[in-house]
Amino acid sequence: MNAPVKTPEERKADLQGMGDSRLRKEDARFIQGKGQYCDDIKLPGMLHMDIVRSPVAHGRIKRINKEEALAIPGVHAVLTADDLKPLNLHWMPTLAGDVAAVLADEKVHFQMQEVAIVIADDRYIAADAIEAVEVEYEELPVVIDPYAALEPDAPVLREDLQGKTEGAHGPRDHHNHIFTWEAGDRTAADAAFDHAPVKVSQHMHYPRVHPCPLETCGCVASFDPIKGELTTWMTSQAPHVVRTVVSMLSGVPESKVRIISPDIGGGFGNKVGIYPGYVCAIVASIVLGRPVKWSEDRVENISSTAFARDYHMDGHLAATEDGKILGLKVDVIADHGAFDACADPTKFPAGLFHICSGSYDIPAAHCSVKGVYTNKAPGGVAYRCSFRVTEAVYLIERMVDVLAQKLNMDKAEIRRKNFIQKEQFPYTSAFGFEYDSGDYHTALEKVLDAVDYKALRVEQEQKRADPNCPTLMGIGLVTFTEVVGAGPSKTCDILGVGMFDSCEIRIHPTGSAIARMGTITQGQGHQTTYAQIIASELGIPSEVIQVEEGDTSTAPYGLGTYGSRSTPVAGAAIAMAARKIHAKAKKIAAHLLEVSEADLDWEVDRFKVRGNDEQFKTMADIAFAAYQQPPEGLEPGLEAVHYYDPPNFTYPFGIYLCVVDIDKGTGESSIRRFYALDDCGTRINPMIIDGQIHGGLTEGFAVAMGQQMPFDEQGNLLGNTLMDYFLPTAVETPTWETDYTVTPSPHHPIGAKGVAESPHVGSIPTFTSAVVDAFAHLGVTHIDMPHTSYRIWKKLKEEGVQL
Amino acid sequence: MAKQIVKMTLNGQQIEQLVDSRTLLVHFLREQMSLTGAHIGCETSHCGACTVDIDGESVKACTHLAVQCDGSDVKTVEGLAEAGALHAVQEAFYEEHGLQCGFCTPGMLMRSYRFLQENPNPTEDEIRLGLSGNLCRCTGYQNIVKAVQSAAIKLQQKESATA
Repeated sequence: MNAPVKTPEERKADLQGMGDSRLRKEDARFIQGKGQYCDDIKLPGMLHMDIVRSPVAHGRIKRINKEEALAIPGVHAVLTADDLKPLNLHWMPTLAGDVAAVLADEKVHFQMQEVAIVIADDRYIAADAIEAVEVEYEELPVVIDPYAALEPDAPVLREDLQGKTEGAHGPRDHHNHIFTWEAGDRTAADAAFDHAPVKVSQHMHYPRVHPCPLETCGCVASFDPIKGELTTWMTSQAPHVVRTVVSMLSGVPESKVRIISPDIGGGFGNKVGIYPGYVCAIVASIVLGRPVKWSEDRVENISSTAFARDYHMDGHLAATEDGKILGLKVDVIADHGAFDACADPTKFPAGLFHICSGSYDIPAAHCSVKGVYTNKAPGGVAYRCSFRVTEAVYLIERMVDVLAQKLNMDKAEIRRKNFIQKEQFPYTSAFGFEYDSGDYHTALEKVLDAVDYKALRVEQEQKRADPNCPTLMGIGLVTFTEVVGAGPSKTCDILGVGMFDSCEIRIHPTGSAIARMGTITQGQGHQTTYAQIIASELGIPSEVIQVEEGDTSTAPYGLGTYGSRSTPVAGAAIAMAARKIHAKAKKIAAHLLEVSEADLDWEVDRFKVRGNDEQFKTMADIAFAAYQQPPEGLEPGLEAVHYYDPPNFTYPFGIYLCVVDIDKGTGESSIRRFYALDDCGTRINPMIIDGQIHGGLTEGFAVAMGQQMPFDEQGNLLGNTLMDYFLPTAVETPTWETDYTVTPSPHHPIGAKGVAESPHVGSIPTFTSAVVDAFAHLGVTHIDMPHTSYRIWKKLKEEGVQL
Repeated sequence: MAKQIVKMTLNGQQIEQLVDSRTLLVHFLREQMSLTGAHIGCETSHCGACTVDIDGESVKACTHLAVQCDGSDVKTVEGLAEAGALHAVQEAFYEEHGLQCGFCTPGMLMRSYRFLQENPNPTEDEIRLGLSGNLCRCTGYQNIVKAVQSAAIKLQQKESATA
């Protein structure tokens, strides 16, 4: 009996293409303990590296004694900056145009800085040996506060830069000054403020936090002295860029350097940079001719690898009396720590912070960001966000709330009044960004209806009027716009390499396929979703499409996965590569069906002769023919490569609402409701989108409600284990409600904008908005994060709130 | 370093191994036995990525010595599937999208496996508390909770089918 003929809809469903909540291809190995993470890799003859770190935050190294460590059986080498100097590897360039010490050269600049490495037979011996390396320090005055760092008589932190008045991003006017970066039009903004009837200002600190992925950083470096080849498995979100840097630093030709990002246990921006540990393991492997593994522990990860944020911001809004914003001014002091090691596109030392005009039509705006050195670990990476976009969104959303309070306006109303209108897209902001698409009003009303916003405000009024109510109720509302998908190579590069991304697709004779990209998944599910794009474009079931990333010897060059760039950039490359194959497939189909291409229609998985459903060739038929009998003049095979240079960024947006109840006696807060509407344009896999949003909201909850990296006056980090650094458990984590609208990006081949970071970016100011709202009737306009119970309790006391 | 002979049942197999007395169980499993499912996330018992099952209890292998397992019955994520069939918790984590980067997953699975024996019919709050020794940075727990609920139903159905 013949199988029943399937309808186009049924065939489409079989493909599990775009829009399908397809289960994840990567899960089978993870649920059986068969993932392969960096620390799982074991090579014959492999040695282990551990790092001697500085206990002081600022000091001169007087003496290092390796003898006792070298005497321990099983120790192969102890290396310091003096050993790296002949190779010129004691310092390395950062992605931000500065240099960073690989191993401390005469001076340490932050607590836990790398001072020496030990290579030993196993990790236990290496750990013993680092204790046996004696280092004598002469302590120097420590600078923790970036404002104090800019005082005329502040200690000189970077002696290596002394007298250097020009930095990578313009003039330096102080020995601890890195750069001052401006965007917008200061004159226009000043003029707007001069004539405005209403002005508000607010100072806020976005605390230093750490992305803290569950897997720490590490690598296995393996140099083959006979072939002269270096292979390194590395926890890297950007393996191709690492290959380029390693080649530049080591002198090994790039063709003989192979970087492999295996399974990665979360990145969140922490695994973009190049750390001394990687460089040292590579050097050790080259020197010893044996594989060397380095696995960081948690304390090292939090203390020394890239932090995020640490922005001290002063925001100013000018407005009319009825709440129309006329101007925005922002001044930021950015604490970059000891070395400027931010991972931003070269031209943007403050990332894309100038998205800080948000979702609002603000005619005049200016911002200025001043980067400063302090005795803290370097970093300043984008923790689950596009470059500094989290800081920008926090700033503008807080400022709009502050203005609403000043004018006694509702926070939804003031947003409605200032939104960029649907008809204004593409919209050019006062900072020069061209927002691709958006429909903020529709999304806002959808959320307000879903939560019955009016009823919530009535309930809040009643509770405020009731002196016996044990809680303060707060409603947070945020209407954010992100800028992601970096980016167009005319403005975005890293170390001179344009921020394009890539895809190579090969269709095999039997109609299955392999695709490789320049990105690397760290939990986003690329092996699942990328296949869905190809399935929809080419009519091949996603089940038979293999997706591979992360191996620089097989994947095309790409800039990696961070800043929500995978779908906007690599996703576009996938669609474009698939379309090249589609075009060739059409020629083959026309040849096979003996008609002209103009007589063919594409339907789900096949080319049909127009008007004749019986005459068709499926993509599987065409694939075989491509290897068997391609038409004359056409190359055999069916594959394509595409390097996609995006014409613009994408601008996902969202409307988040949070209801918090604060216990008047204890300061404990309870997130009663959190409603998150996201618009990421075209949706590829709704199940994965929801999962990404849940995760991002939870990370946002962590940042807003508990994460911080406090330092004492001596520069000791007071909380570098998971005992102290807040990672929420299932108990504290709220239950999330998600919703969506779909406003495709007009310039993206499939209309997708990227999603995984929106929930982090959008939720953080929503929590703050809710906590401040609980105190708003007392005249409170802002409370700095983190909103821990203790800090809220102190605020309750300060405001005289009685139980 | 003093070495000792340790005998244990590991994923149903009797083994006898010579180990340094200071070797942590997680290193013994990962490096000596090549069972790399249990992961090291914190080394302070906070994250639970190294959770294994020892004599009917969930144990964090990063703060447990291998020699303490002498005579014990140890199960790791690699021993969860039996006769080629995934365990109900493994199926449920897959079906409910209870994992992303996969790093916490072996620990989450081993804790869920034990938790559902301690409490076969849990409420959502009980699941959240029962898994509070295991951290996840990716999922926000919502789908993990759903997965444990789904696994509970699967196990109950299996129970009633064999009863």
